[in-house]
Amino acid sequence: MENEIITLTVNGKSVQGRKGQTVLEVCRANGIHVPTLCYHPKMPPYGGCRLCIVEIQNMRGLPPSCTTPATDGMEVTTHTDRLMRVRKTVLELLLAYGDHNCLLCEQTGNCELQDLVYEHGIEKVRFKGEFKPHPKDDSNTMIVRDQNKCVLCGRCVRACLEVQVNGVIDVAARGSDSYITTFNHQSLKDSTCVFCGECVASCPTGALTYKQARFRGRPWELKKVATTCTYCGVGCQLELNVKDNKVVKVTSDHEIPGPNQGSLCVKGRFGNDFIDHPDRLTTPLIKENGEFRQASWEEALDRIAGRFESIRKESGPDALAFFSSARCTNEENYLLNKFARAVIGTNNIDHCARLCHASTVAGLATSFGSGAMTNSIDDLKNSDVILVTGSNTTEMHPVIGSTIKRAVKSGRCKLIVVDSRKIDLVDHAEIWLRQKPGTDVAWLNGMMHVIIKEELYDKKYVDERTEGFEELKKAVAAYTPEKVEEISGIPKDDLIAAARLYASAPAASIAYAMGITQHINGTDAVKSVANLAMLCGNIGIEGGGVNPLRGQNNVQGACDMGCLPNVFPAYQSVTIPDVREKFAKAWGVDSLPGNVGLTIVETIDAAGKGKVKALYVMGENPMVSDPDLHHVEEGLKSLDFLVVQDIFLTETAQLADVVLPAACFAEKEGTFTNTERRVQRVRKAVDPPGKALPDWQAIAALASRMGYEMNYPDAEAIFKEICAVTPSYAGMDYQRLDAGGLQWPCPTKEHPGTKYLHKDKFVRGKGLFHAIEWIPPAEPVDDQYPFLLTTGRVLYQYHTGTMTRRSVGLNERYSECLVEINTEDAARLNIKDLDRVKLVTRRGQMEAKARVGEMTEEGTIFVPFHFSEAAANKLTLAALDPQAKIPEYKVCAVRVEKVA
Amino acid sequence: MKEQLDQIFSRHHGTRDALIPVLQDIQAEYGYLPPEAMEAAARFCRVAPVEVYGVSTFYAQFKFSPVGRNLVMVCQGTACHVMGGARVLEEVQSRLGIRPGQTTADGRFTLETVACIGACALAPAMVVNKDTFGRVKPEKIMEMLNGSGS
Repeated sequence: MENEIITLTVNGKSVQGRKGQTVLEVCRANGIHVPTLCYHPKMPPYGGCRLCIVEIQNMRGLPPSCTTPATDGMEVTTHTDRLMRVRKTVLELLLAYGDHNCLLCEQTGNCELQDLVYEHGIEKVRFKGEFKPHPKDDSNTMIVRDQNKCVLCGRCVRACLEVQVNGVIDVAARGSDSYITTFNHQSLKDSTCVFCGECVASCPTGALTYKQARFRGRPWELKKVATTCTYCGVGCQLELNVKDNKVVKVTSDHEIPGPNQGSLCVKGRFGNDFIDHPDRLTTPLIKENGEFRQASWEEALDRIAGRFESIRKESGPDALAFFSSARCTNEENYLLNKFARAVIGTNNIDHCARLCHASTVAGLATSFGSGAMTNSIDDLKNSDVILVTGSNTTEMHPVIGSTIKRAVKSGRCKLIVVDSRKIDLVDHAEIWLRQKPGTDVAWLNGMMHVIIKEELYDKKYVDERTEGFEELKKAVAAYTPEKVEEISGIPKDDLIAAARLYASAPAASIAYAMGITQHINGTDAVKSVANLAMLCGNIGIEGGGVNPLRGQNNVQGACDMGCLPNVFPAYQSVTIPDVREKFAKAWGVDSLPGNVGLTIVETIDAAGKGKVKALYVMGENPMVSDPDLHHVEEGLKSLDFLVVQDIFLTETAQLADVVLPAACFAEKEGTFTNTERRVQRVRKAVDPPGKALPDWQAIAALASRMGYEMNYPDAEAIFKEICAVTPSYAGMDYQRLDAGGLQWPCPTKEHPGTKYLHKDKFVRGKGLFHAIEWIPPAEPVDDQYPFLLTTGRVLYQYHTGTMTRRSVGLNERYSECLVEINTEDAARLNIKDLDRVKLVTRRGQMEAKARVGEMTEEGTIFVPFHFSEAAANKLTLAALDPQAKIPEYKVCAVRVEKVA
Repeated sequence: MKEQLDQIFSRHHGTRDALIPVLQDIQAEYGYLPPEAMEAAARFCRVAPVEVYGVSTFYAQFKFSPVGRNLVMVCQGTACHVMGGARVLEEVQSRLGIRPGQTTADGRFTLETVACIGACALAPAMVVNKDTFGRVKPEKIMEMLNGSGS
């Protein structure tokens, strides 16, 4: 009975606790102070520092309260002369074996040791230890380790091993010689450290500090602004520490409710130095005679309004198109959707969700009735099996990666990884299936073949909650493990074992990302994932689900806000007259366009053909991110008029006629919606540089110039309007979001938000099975192009690198494109590690250094796409999935040459 | 190295609690714990490499650099101390030209001190490889080293 109430007496007062709590936890919960040093609420108790000792009646000695289970009737005393004497001695010993110079310490004022010394009134240390000073490890630009201030509480060790499950540091040696170090005593820089900074966040003293923040402000001088991280879709809550209008460092607090419980990754914690980078755009720019000149907002907006008016007049509203941004807030995306539809009168609006999860939105919407992640991040801890496929989770969604690793470490959860690369999660997996890129439908069908043949599926669930099972059964009948082995290269016994393991779990979750979606049959692969999950009754339950991990901070929100060519906010179709009428009324216009607009790749095509003449790009960089860059460049250059609104002069902005300077996430108010449908607040910490403005202000000003008044006093006013027209957001407001965000659907003010979708009933009624046949990738390898090329991302960079490549720490870790090639292939081509290689496809070529290893399989090449000077997307193919129009980034044929 | 390690691993279960016996076998094979072997042991026992490092640096028995062909351990325990263990150590140091923890340049001898080998009745004691010598007289030391060492 975990929740059984027990009664204890602490310091003569009766207090209540729950069975299973420790004495310390009961004291804390009742507001009774017990000094601690090694205790951290996120970690298992350690019992190392001996400061939390208490006296307990009928118990010998002075038991540490952090490891002593509380029991009913216990009588505890937390402060006696004896306890104080022992605690004082412990503290004196710690001081004797260190060099605690508070005068110059970054932690002064925020140091638990300092507080404890003060609390215990230690004026003089009675002991003289044989203290040998340790050299500092400041080998890197992010974290400084000063062993001389270490109290060996082991919090950093547990943070690394138990919380992030990286296991980079541990206590070495013994007794008073003990110290914290990495494997084989390497510097942090040379170790396997991934610089998530969980250790820094957990350190009670100044032993671990932020290098970049040194001498830039004392804790009490820093204003902490809690906000949502601007990088990936996890939506971590972090604190911007501000002094003199500069973000000095980023900290985290496990008490702030959110998906990350105080954990961050290297990008969130150390990748925010782009904010006050000198390259930031500070004023509007207008291009004249091929050169940019500075302009006022009035002039720039007049220019845009004038050109938009004339193009619309000459060629109609569909000659204009809009790229919205998964990087911007919901408020801004909503406003751009409104601008395109109500002000201009076109549905030509899309954003880069097209390039990552369009197939998810299309596939899951037909299978389940809703295209979003079904369950929650925190819910992964309830899964008995987690199947991860096409997601290098520890690098792309590091905090979710750690959540998965923690689940596995706890012992209750088994991990299946299906990935063609030997990613970090493979080390934690029970079973790893290494499929050839582009064969996902085949192995998914193969698993279902086994599950159906061995009758391991959930018959009751299939009968009651789904339809189309017979068609599915027929379709997968041909996908015997032998046939699947032939197609995918996965040994048949491994496939069978994985199928049995997945099917055996009471609750199994599937997490996937672009490895599944970015294929010409991406939508089919998503539907296959949905098939598998439904077959085993895993949708609509805790710990189950189909969980597409969204790549960008607000890609879910940009989709929710209707920045897609076929839907208004909340996926209300533009082709339904009633919906159009509702929005026309809400937006105060006579009518809205009913024809489905152009997607991103179609827009670029139409621009090349002269059908789209003007393009407005808000916070996107298609000149690096889109497939087949030559073609993109041609398209953009054929435009009559290109407007780019961004925080830096990106590769795309350089082609623009007018550039508008935008405020970044730290400089504005708003909301982001994370991958688990959680709408969270974004808060302003610093002023934007120069004349830069939040994107929504620029859009509103432009609309007003074009005769459509958009008068919003602040972002909150826009959010109110969003909630009025978006049923899934209807119950939200900023005050409610302040308490930790809300997961949609949240239809009323009383609704607590939705942790997992499709409970008891699918959104579309019954879950729909699809009979799917595998088709090979669009461009098979041949003699001329004998390797499979697959693209992706790395931990230390983000998308087109606009922000991350301007961060000191991130570039110390990964500053240039490295082409991954298998050791065997490299040996055959006489390529050694870090040799320069040239990659050639039918579309183009690029050069970069080779990284030789076992990460990729023989015959496969992996290239990260962040680097414009070595642009992977010069190579990629713009072959589209016919259903979702997502390009096949993940497979094309390539030739590798060594550069002499 | 892979074959030797596989051989060692075949004698144990790949779990956490097998770590110390595995490390002892590795040390028996190589005379010390090579970093690659520690990493392999970590994978085998499903722990982080740094945990292997933490455990192995905790115990005095594990060594992190190659040792000489012959290991000389001079006891400095209480009984040996009383019976002149310090003089024995001094003599070994001067004869071999190394201090405790070091290895001779020709790789023949590594010198260590130990706190007690449990042969107090024979104090002062010294161990060369598997041979234990009691009531050691400093002038006989070279004889013992040459006799037992290869």
